[in-house]
Amino acid sequence: MKRNKPAAAEIDIGRETRLELYRLQLELRYCEKRAYDLFLQNLIKGTSHLSLGQEAIAAGFGVAMRPDDWTFCTYRGHAHTLARGASMEGVLGELMGRQCGLLGGKGGSMHLTDVTKGAMGSYAIIGAHLPVAAGAAWSAQYRGTEQVAVCFFGDGTANIGAFHEALNFSAVWKLPVVYVCENNLYMEYTPISAVTAVEHPAADRASAYGLPSIVVDGNDADAVYKVASDALAKARAGGGPSLIEAMTYRHSGHSRADPGKYRPEGELEKWLLRDPVVTYRERLLTLGINEPTLKDMEAAAMGKVDRATGIAKVSPVPSVDDIEKNVWADGGSAWRN
Amino acid sequence: MAELTYREAVAAGIAQEMARDERVVFLGEDVAHAGGVFKATVGLLEKFGPRRVRDCPISEQAILGAAMGAAMTGLKPIAEIMFSDFLAVCWDIVANEIAKTRYMTNGQITLPLVIRTANGAGSRFGAQHSQAVENWAMMIPGIKVVAPAFPADVKGLLAAAVRDPNPVLFFEQKSLYSMKGEVPDGEYVDELGKAKVLRRGKDCTIVALALMVHRALEAAEILEKEHGIACTVIDVRSLVPLDTQTILSEVSRTGRLVTVEENPRLCGWGAEVASIVADECFWDLDGPILRITTPHVPLPSADLLEDNTIPSAARIVREIRAKID
Repeated sequence: MKRNKPAAAEIDIGRETRLELYRLQLELRYCEKRAYDLFLQNLIKGTSHLSLGQEAIAAGFGVAMRPDDWTFCTYRGHAHTLARGASMEGVLGELMGRQCGLLGGKGGSMHLTDVTKGAMGSYAIIGAHLPVAAGAAWSAQYRGTEQVAVCFFGDGTANIGAFHEALNFSAVWKLPVVYVCENNLYMEYTPISAVTAVEHPAADRASAYGLPSIVVDGNDADAVYKVASDALAKARAGGGPSLIEAMTYRHSGHSRADPGKYRPEGELEKWLLRDPVVTYRERLLTLGINEPTLKDMEAAAMGKVDRATGIAKVSPVPSVDDIEKNVWADGGSAWRN
Repeated sequence: MAELTYREAVAAGIAQEMARDERVVFLGEDVAHAGGVFKATVGLLEKFGPRRVRDCPISEQAILGAAMGAAMTGLKPIAEIMFSDFLAVCWDIVANEIAKTRYMTNGQITLPLVIRTANGAGSRFGAQHSQAVENWAMMIPGIKVVAPAFPADVKGLLAAAVRDPNPVLFFEQKSLYSMKGEVPDGEYVDELGKAKVLRRGKDCTIVALALMVHRALEAAEILEKEHGIACTVIDVRSLVPLDTQTILSEVSRTGRLVTVEENPRLCGWGAEVASIVADECFWDLDGPILRITTPHVPLPSADLLEDNTIPSAARIVREIRAKID
């Protein structure tokens, strides 16, 4: 079986791109941490699924994608939405149920969307958005725009029917879509290995769709960037879909309600040694980027999160008049005359 | 006017919209090369080519998901689900995704798409290929629900559904596919959300949908000729939006409401109509509302059993006489 495991240190992607990858990872990390803090302050209600520890995947793709490409992601979608350039106050505001939220309070944490940035939605039913991404890719193919749809999902998704339907459909129609499985080792509370017949839930099934098996270190933004660039170029050139499995680990539990107690002792600590943000910082230092530059970037990212938090906190709550708006394209919800 | 079958009207409606708008694309299982298992889409592949008329694998989630993704990025897909019973295998895409996305994104995403499907009984196909499931769709906010009874309405309402900027579930009654009727020539577009009064009488208002419209008309004829009961017959045509004004005004005039529904008893669309009538023109009623439905059973297959399960003209006559005489 062909494996694609680029050795990150050997990839020459240039200083500017690396700084962009670091900036994005910092913003995603700080914003997710802020979301967690706001939960503890009871300013964010409902549930949330944080990407802490998985930022390198969203960042690697976010930097590699063209502005008019499309992102489809799951309820663990804060990072993917931000990585396309959606406003941070729009994201935090939505989590807090404020008027400034991306969805005006209609969607919440699990449905972040910013069409103006190509963030075509966060989908909360496992597997549902894989065929939707295929449809967007079909539209790009039909109109000849060379846009690519990128679809992120978790390891658990590889066991639901829509995964199979979408992969086969996309392969048969040679659609410009990149499927990215973020394998964080757990489907919700259960180890993915306990419920899956193969070691790599996505990559080991790629051959069923005539696709190469690709596994990448999802904690290495350079490696993700490289594999993303290749898959995007292939899709744009009419080469059809890709299926990429990015190995990673979430630092927190599945959702707000989950402390992650089911994880064996020492596992989290082992993965923390491979924290994508920390290790990327070390790489940048090794590559000659100086400490003050990194400190400035970190301060700037934190400043951005602080400003966004401030804006979201003072944003008014939505109007109850909004409840019956926007079911239909005419802005209303009438079902009778 | 040309005489077309109900199935020919499907192809005519799709062809009309594909010819005028390059964004309209059509996908489904066996729809292109085979022309549809009900032969309702014959000729479309030849006319519009494989880029716009596409055969799909047996993957209903992929079909409707692809239609949704295409609709949110500038196309106007028509997707076929071969039998409406199969909507159950892609109901997530219908009920959770297509219906809710516009609302959840606060209007950022609009989904101009049509899901066509062969619905209903009369073909001896048994319980998994014969259900009338329009009420499944009716209870989900965010989808329009249309079910034509005549070839002209098939063409006109299908065209209207394609041009509508919202998702529309379009139920074709499969035992009507061979029915013939006059269809206007040239470009023909009807309006969603308008019921039609097909016949007027002073004694009773019968409200029906799809195949049941024909049974209701037959029953009304018998009731008038043989029993002196004059019935209004309304073809609802569209459950969402629902033309309550036409229904309320006819019921107020006749003082009686009878709904004739192909669906099993519980939560049929007639229950919603009955509730609206009871709320809004109760004092105009001369007697209890009558709902005539399929009993609350899965649909049996054998001729005798199926014929005695879905409402027949004879049963409509019998039940109305029992209430009114």
